[in-house]
Amino acid sequence: MARVEIRNLNKTFDGVHAVKDVNLDINDKEFVVLVGPSGCGKTTTLRMVAGLETISSGEVLIGDKVVNELPPMDRDIAMVFQNYALYPHMNVYDNMAFGLKMRRFGRAEIDARVRAAAEILGIQAQLQRKPRQLSGGQRQRVALGRAIVRHPKVFLFDEPLSNLDAKLRVQMRVEIKKIHARLGTTAIYVTHDQVEAMTLGDRVVVMKDGVVQQVGEPLELYNAPANRFVAGFIGSPAMNFATVTIAADADGFLWASNEGIHIKLPAEVAGRLRKHVGESVTLGIRPEDLRAATSSDATDLVVDVMVEVVEKLGSEILLDVKVGPSTMVAAVEPTVGAKVRDRLRLALNPDRLYFFDGASQAAI
Amino acid sequence: MIEGAKWRRWVFFYIPLSAFVFTLLFPFYWMLVTAVRPDSELYRPWSAPNYAPFWTAHPTLDHITYLLQETLFSTWMLNTLFISITATLISLFCGIFAGYALSRLKFRFAGMLGTGIFITYLVPQTLLFIPLADVVRNFHLGDTPWALILTYPTFLIPFCTWLLMGYFKAIPRELEECARIDGAARWQAMLYIIFPIAVPGILSAGIFAFTLSWNEFIYALVFLSSPAQKTVSVGVTSELIRGDVFYWGSLMAGALLGSIPVAFVYSFFVEHYVAGLTGAVKG
Repeated sequence: MARVEIRNLNKTFDGVHAVKDVNLDINDKEFVVLVGPSGCGKTTTLRMVAGLETISSGEVLIGDKVVNELPPMDRDIAMVFQNYALYPHMNVYDNMAFGLKMRRFGRAEIDARVRAAAEILGIQAQLQRKPRQLSGGQRQRVALGRAIVRHPKVFLFDEPLSNLDAKLRVQMRVEIKKIHARLGTTAIYVTHDQVEAMTLGDRVVVMKDGVVQQVGEPLELYNAPANRFVAGFIGSPAMNFATVTIAADADGFLWASNEGIHIKLPAEVAGRLRKHVGESVTLGIRPEDLRAATSSDATDLVVDVMVEVVEKLGSEILLDVKVGPSTMVAAVEPTVGAKVRDRLRLALNPDRLYFFDGASQAAI
Repeated sequence: MIEGAKWRRWVFFYIPLSAFVFTLLFPFYWMLVTAVRPDSELYRPWSAPNYAPFWTAHPTLDHITYLLQETLFSTWMLNTLFISITATLISLFCGIFAGYALSRLKFRFAGMLGTGIFITYLVPQTLLFIPLADVVRNFHLGDTPWALILTYPTFLIPFCTWLLMGYFKAIPRELEECARIDGAARWQAMLYIIFPIAVPGILSAGIFAFTLSWNEFIYALVFLSSPAQKTVSVGVTSELIRGDVFYWGSLMAGALLGSIPVAFVYSFFVEHYVAGLTGAVKG
């Protein structure tokens, strides 16, 4: 059990600056997820915490101790790899016992710990099997077991679920969450899947191009993204974006418009946008904040669209619609009987409009 | 397996395969029939009415008895065995560590060093034996098994290193990283994780090295001179060809018996060795 602190961490590979000034405080027992597109530096950051990658500059502290120069074996961490990295020549029992043997635990202690971990993971029956005789889910369980038996200070997960099929991934996600709740070990989890990040993380760190974009609780990222990248990355289907120009009318109301959109901004939003009048900014609206307009809707918060694709998901319908020159996705009630090429009016949820600066892309 | 009509299977599979097997096995058949053929049949002119080169009518063990009793064949076998095994072990030892270092450790000139080792393998033995003869003479190793045990690694080490380098590269790096996080130092990760997984690769490198040493001819011919020191390949050819007289029966018997250990080693390890060549690491 330990805190992990990352201070001004940098990594340069042959002139490529892969991780740039990452700062992160991870509390004891916290589950932190690093998420971002491939090549964003999340795995490199994790590997530097693990000691598998040298640190170009900055510091990593585990339990208030700088570990920059410590080899992986002395950092008291456990790591689960994407390809499981099970030792193919050892059976499940020995795979789990290896770390304990290396640390010179007694035979009885090893046996007790391996069996306890096997019970948590439900792999008691497979202890004598070799890794190649196991299914993907079982292998992943063994990899988890190997991490659990050691009772390390920190768990590191490097995309552990990416090699599993969709159904199993959801199952194992729940399992990991349960194990963390039970053991309370500090965990750092790397994934490119935002759903995994949102469901697992106490806090989520969104990274892009080696830079931390935002750190926050899952709903915080969803409700108040710091910039356009986070807004587009978190949430599925992704947030819709449109470039609009802000203009004030004679009565002092602000309007956001482009060729397909002409909406009056609610007073609260207008206050923040007042100094951007005349500028072009990015409007963001999540698919779930668009709905089919009814006659009672104010006409100044609706857009006219043409339906291009209809995806019926059951609980909702996803409409790919054309709004002026751009396309948007709307998640509407399944009762909306829209067909391809239908013309439709969609109402925007006035409380959930996002605006991003045209140049910096930071949230306004 | 070839799909489709029966004739396709014959044309594209069975016939080429049979031709291949026939070509490979014919020399052994030839050795066998010649080794047991009495001189009277051996030297029968081709124009004779009962001339039958591919068949021995009255087999005899005379040539084999001659080989085993009148020549130092058994000594040659023991010499070859000793030299081959020792040279193989030395080369494997060096090759394993060099191959591991070149495939896993990041250090300056690692790539250049790998290429350098490969280039030494490309130098033909027919050139290298001349300077090596000088080295052997300077160290007073001439006409001892050590002349070969210490010179064979000049081509065996590069060979083993390269074969094992490829094999180590095929083992996922994560296995080792995981072991190191699990609490193993690098040498422990190497010893407990990488080497056991690399056993098929190590075995095939060993088998190849053994075969190359067993069949080696030119160094053995140059560095050894007294009959009691010779290896099979040199002993058989130098002692059973006297001037222009070829003791064909005994020669063939020697060749046949001399290839038994290699055949034995191959058949014993065939499974590992196929896995080693195809580089299959099952996870």
